[in-house]
Amino acid sequence: MTGFDVVVVGAGPAGSCAATVLARKGRSVLLVERGPFPGSKNMYGGVVYPRMLDLLHPEWWHDVPYQRWITRRSTMLLTETQAVTLDFRTDAWGRPPYNGMTAYRPDFDHWLARKAEADGAELVCSTTAIGLLLDGDRVVGVRTDRPDGDVTADVVIACDGVNSFLAKEAGLFGAVDAANYTLGVKETISLPKDVIDERFGVRGREGVDIEILGGTSGVNGGAFVYTNLETLGVGAVLKLPALAAQSTRPEAIIAALKAHPAIAPLVDGGELVEYSAHLIPEAGLAMIPKLATNGMLVAGDAASLCLAAGIWLEGVNFAMASGMYAAETADEALRNRDVSVSGLAGYERRLDSTFVLRDHRRLRRVPALVLSDRVQHKYPQVTANVVERMFRVDNPAPKPGLRRIVKEERRRAGMRWRHLARDAWAGIRGFG
Amino acid sequence: MTGRSEWSEISFEDRMATTQFDVHERPHIVVDGAVCTDCSTRDCIVACPADLFVPTADGGILFNYEQCFECGTCYLVCNREGAISWSYPEGGYGVVFKRT
Repeated sequence: MTGFDVVVVGAGPAGSCAATVLARKGRSVLLVERGPFPGSKNMYGGVVYPRMLDLLHPEWWHDVPYQRWITRRSTMLLTETQAVTLDFRTDAWGRPPYNGMTAYRPDFDHWLARKAEADGAELVCSTTAIGLLLDGDRVVGVRTDRPDGDVTADVVIACDGVNSFLAKEAGLFGAVDAANYTLGVKETISLPKDVIDERFGVRGREGVDIEILGGTSGVNGGAFVYTNLETLGVGAVLKLPALAAQSTRPEAIIAALKAHPAIAPLVDGGELVEYSAHLIPEAGLAMIPKLATNGMLVAGDAASLCLAAGIWLEGVNFAMASGMYAAETADEALRNRDVSVSGLAGYERRLDSTFVLRDHRRLRRVPALVLSDRVQHKYPQVTANVVERMFRVDNPAPKPGLRRIVKEERRRAGMRWRHLARDAWAGIRGFG
Repeated sequence: MTGRSEWSEISFEDRMATTQFDVHERPHIVVDGAVCTDCSTRDCIVACPADLFVPTADGGILFNYEQCFECGTCYLVCNREGAISWSYPEGGYGVVFKRT
């Protein structure tokens, strides 16, 4: 296997979208996937936001292998015994062009890779890229674990996922800090469709995504419950140093989540049909590596482009977009006969002028805020206590008034005004 | 509610049996137990989602690569240089997700 215009490593959403764009531009492109089929190594926390698909595959919804359209989106705060939920629903998200869908990644990623193949990309599975081919300080291809497995190409696009050994080998990452990563663990639980419909208050192919703050047994992170057609995804996202620092194992954290009084009725009686785990690059802008070197671009999780900003939890869309922009840049560089780092500078410009880096820049303070100790361990409890007292009827005692409740609960939690003010300001600046 | 739910009864072995692993004969991760003997934190033991790191009576760590999710948690939480040699399995081998 030699002599491609571009070799794309990893047939996830970034890689397959990159390969599609390049193939359509008439470039010879090899898409290398280490799994036996695209998507076989991938899991996630539940929702694909498909606007980038509109650009690449108009009316994609006719053949996409989806589970449900998300028409209910909930954000839930959990304490040990309480739950506060903000629940939004709209029928409009159950109609084209759809706002979000649940899908099994082994199905979705496979479908997306087949699209790239149909457009002329060459897809090779069961092939692990084990290193870069270098000519001086220029990347000129990849070494794979196949016999005679060196593949030369004018441009390498590394879409090799969160651990990206190619980006690390190319020196695009500085020191790797475990604190920038979370571990996602998930159970896929089977329940009959009508049971899911009834418990989650949906019909047909409508679905629900519940994102949870708290519910992780005191480990900084978050949790989620979402509906597939005949299964649920139930899992936790755990900050690595926080997970390592205590003695509760990941599966025990999921078990405690499933036993919570707000979650247990949703999952009760379900049978575990698959257990999975994956790392998430969670720190946002702070951890995004250099995006290019001579002859090489990095996209998707390999470039840490996952957005974990509290109320927004996105990744597949960032991967698809960065893959597409990497491909456009590679095509431009090939046209200009300059695949040096300066010839590939258009990549960062493209990301800068679109949501990919704009969202990351705007929300750069949010990932750390969301994973901070106060947001994780104090605010859910204070919020739940305030709401409980708002709705609790203490007759014959008169209602205490909201201001007094907040003041008392703040004191009870040992929270200082200056911390509240600082976090509120960080929140306003962070989300503004 | 039907009392005890399924999760409280399933053994870890049965849990891992729900996931498909096509095991290659060559271990893709090698742990040098000699480096681990004087490690006091042993973060890998609690953090590995597949529970592949098992402390031994003599203070070492026993590791089995066969049911590895290939997630990368162990080498990130490990603070002992040289304890974990981490790479992906041969192409086509390792974990195969289906409904994730």
